Amino acid sequence: MGLSLELAQISKAYNGQVILRDCSWVFETGLSHVLMGPNGTGKSTLLRICALLEAPDRGRVNYLADGRPLPLDLDLKRRITLLLPGVGVFNTSVFNNVAYGLKIRGINRKEIQAKVDATLEAVGLVEKKRQRALDLSTGQSKRLGLARAMVLEPEVIFLDEPTASIDQANTEIIEDIIMNLKAEKKATIIMVTHDPAQAERLGDRLLLIKDGKLWPG
Amino acid sequence: MDTILQGFSSAFKLITALDPELLKIIWLSLQVSAAALLLALILGLPLGALLALKRLPLRGLILSVINTGMGLPPVVVGLFVYLLLSRSGPLGFMELLYTPGAMIIAQLILSFPIVTSLSHTAIVNVNPIIRQAAQVLGANPLQEALTVIREARYGIMTGGIAALGRVTAEVGAVIMVGGNIAGYTRVMTTTIALETDKGNFDLAIALGIILLGLSLMINVAFRTLQKMGRTGSGVILWD
Repeated sequence: MGLSLELAQISKAYNGQVILRDCSWVFETGLSHVLMGPNGTGKSTLLRICALLEAPDRGRVNYLADGRPLPLDLDLKRRITLLLPGVGVFNTSVFNNVAYGLKIRGINRKEIQAKVDATLEAVGLVEKKRQRALDLSTGQSKRLGLARAMVLEPEVIFLDEPTASIDQANTEIIEDIIMNLKAEKKATIIMVTHDPAQAERLGDRLLLIKDGKLWPG
Repeated sequence: MDTILQGFSSAFKLITALDPELLKIIWLSLQVSAAALLLALILGLPLGALLALKRLPLRGLILSVINTGMGLPPVVVGLFVYLLLSRSGPLGFMELLYTPGAMIIAQLILSFPIVTSLSHTAIVNVNPIIRQAAQVLGANPLQEALTVIREARYGIMTGGIAALGRVTAEVGAVIMVGGNIAGYTRVMTTTIALETDKGNFDLAIALGIILLGLSLMINVAFRTLQKMGRTGSGVILWD
């Protein structure tokens, strides 16, 4: 039984403006959840709160293993990850970018080499592995971001508009990667998109965010 | 005019013959400045990083003091270090006055604010998404800070080079606390001052040429690093 995620009455406001109010949800483990809603309705904020990058003003994010809640510590943070909309590519080689998460976990060099090579192969960037990551196109950078996350084999992965402002070819590659993540790695996926067709293709569950609240789609 | 030409001619002879006295002066200059820069980096980089990454109380005041320190007049630093290290001063017991150690302290005081301030600026200017990316990939707070510092490496190196440029060209402070003792505390800048006073231009011009060459190299390195930071060309890939 993997990691499961529940939100309990999450509320968040910025500068006095309420973005999220009493959002509660139980995400089903191993399924992909697509979160939709107009711009500025708090989708990214909700994702950042779920990924423990921000704290809610009220309410709780509960991660459970075997039905027991886990402390929100570094051990837990290392079992989940978030693909940021801007990726945040490090100014180093493609290989070092993907190896980053493994290096900080103290994984040995040989294992890192094997895992990074396999992941770069999966996202179609293996030929670029010695190149400077900042020279990649926007679509390739998104794939790099996914590779950086995938190599860590997260149990829950949050994707904030993974195909925004990239071409059709890259979008298709990324959608394939996301489908594989779910099918092969059994990861729970929670993603934000503005594309209803994509939501249809990738989502097992659709969630809508409206007036600061979560609704089933 | 003849004196100048003769001076240049003798200077070139000294340089091409690798005159032992000349080499000794250059070597000591480089040792003193390198030691001061190393200490400035050891102390200034962590402080710059701390000021950039943590919300410390009095941060604005500390930064103002450090930025003021960037323009410290070397003679004032010389006077201050002299008073500290003189026999009746609080650190007089260390007997450092008129030693290379005193010169290193003076140069450290001059270079520390430059390293700290430029490191702080470089780290503050790293895109906040880098820190978030480190967080979501599982970095602990120290790993997160090191990742941001690594992204600022060009700016930090630029700060180091700017500090090196300042201390190698400096004369006022080192002459006051080093005493310009032949074979012991005599460095390039202080020798130029002394030999010019004595009307002995050969050695002064030879050292002047070398000092200018060194300044040129420092400036080329400075501009190259700035360009690398801006365009990312010829990137230094960390491992």
